[in-house]
Amino acid sequence: MKDLLPEIESWRAAGDKVAIATVIKVEGSAPRPVGATMAVSSSGQLAGSVSGGCVEGAVFEEAQEVLKTGEPKLLRFGITDEMAWDVGLACGGTIEVFVEPLDGQTGSGEAQPKP
Amino acid sequence: MTTATPTSPYERLKEAIAKDLPAAVATVVRGAGIGNKLVILPDETVGTLGSPELDAQVVADARALLNDERSETRTYTIGEDERDVFIETFPPPPLLLIFGAVHVAQALTKFAKLLGFKVIVSDARSKLASRERFPEADEIIVAWPDETLETLKIEPNTYIAILTHDPKFDEPAILGSLKTRARYIGAVGSRRTNADRRERLRAAGVDEESLARVRGPIGLDIGASTPEEMAISILAEIIATRHGRTGGPLTQATGNIRARV
Repeated sequence: MKDLLPEIESWRAAGDKVAIATVIKVEGSAPRPVGATMAVSSSGQLAGSVSGGCVEGAVFEEAQEVLKTGEPKLLRFGITDEMAWDVGLACGGTIEVFVEPLDGQTGSGEAQPKP
Repeated sequence: MTTATPTSPYERLKEAIAKDLPAAVATVVRGAGIGNKLVILPDETVGTLGSPELDAQVVADARALLNDERSETRTYTIGEDERDVFIETFPPPPLLLIFGAVHVAQALTKFAKLLGFKVIVSDARSKLASRERFPEADEIIVAWPDETLETLKIEPNTYIAILTHDPKFDEPAILGSLKTRARYIGAVGSRRTNADRRERLRAAGVDEESLARVRGPIGLDIGASTPEEMAISILAEIIATRHGRTGGPLTQATGNIRARV
């Protein structure tokens, strides 16, 4: 997340809400390691990555949902051979991606109010 | 402007990262209290995962993971509840200390900054050790090597590259570096220069164990000849040392490709 701080800060300064998606577990070989982060803003900007490009689209959609509901989500992406051409990881690993609203302690109502 | 409370976990984490303090953030990612956060700072914690017992276990694990520079998801069982907690660590950036503000040092500084290192360049020659020549350096110290080492706190995440090509700078830099816990000490020079230097260091009373800490000729064997190529060769050796590898083609390797999975 550290390398995304400049983007995150500029989005927040512009009044956007921000969701963070983080790779929290990797099984087998995967394109990005645990800790890889992608940030998404409520106006549709995107920075960073959680895979080599295979699941970013799906994670982006989920992140928009998380920004609407304020509820975090745990996603799991993996593939079998038959699924290889669907949403999945070309190198055959499985990753878990946690998507959460920034600074939104669940249920604490701390989500950022729009100015 | 949005107004986050100054004590929010994110704000505190951001503050710690800006100050290069070792920090970690733990998040419940599965089970009761999903999304709860605990930020672990050197002298305090902020937030809670929902149970003091869980917090205590996670804080201990986070400090150990910080030492290993690793992030990980772990499962904790508190009473009947099983929860997965992702512990993400933010170790302070490694330090690259360069003795010798020479041409190779300029490329080395640029590339090391891209890799996330803090870079300090030191040379007694103020014409060489200038801000114009090293715009990306975090710090430029115009001083002799032993003076420079006295002013710095060298932690085990420090990597030292000695590039001056001049025994009157190189040797005090090596002797001073050997007194620190630096993870890597590399010294520029041909095989011949290095052999001669080793003899002089032995004569000065340096033991074999200490001599073995000095990588000279510096860098991995990639046929580097330009300053930029030499910088890559040196950084490749530093990265390999950092992750406990020796370097070499992956086609001939059998272990995990990544150090951090």
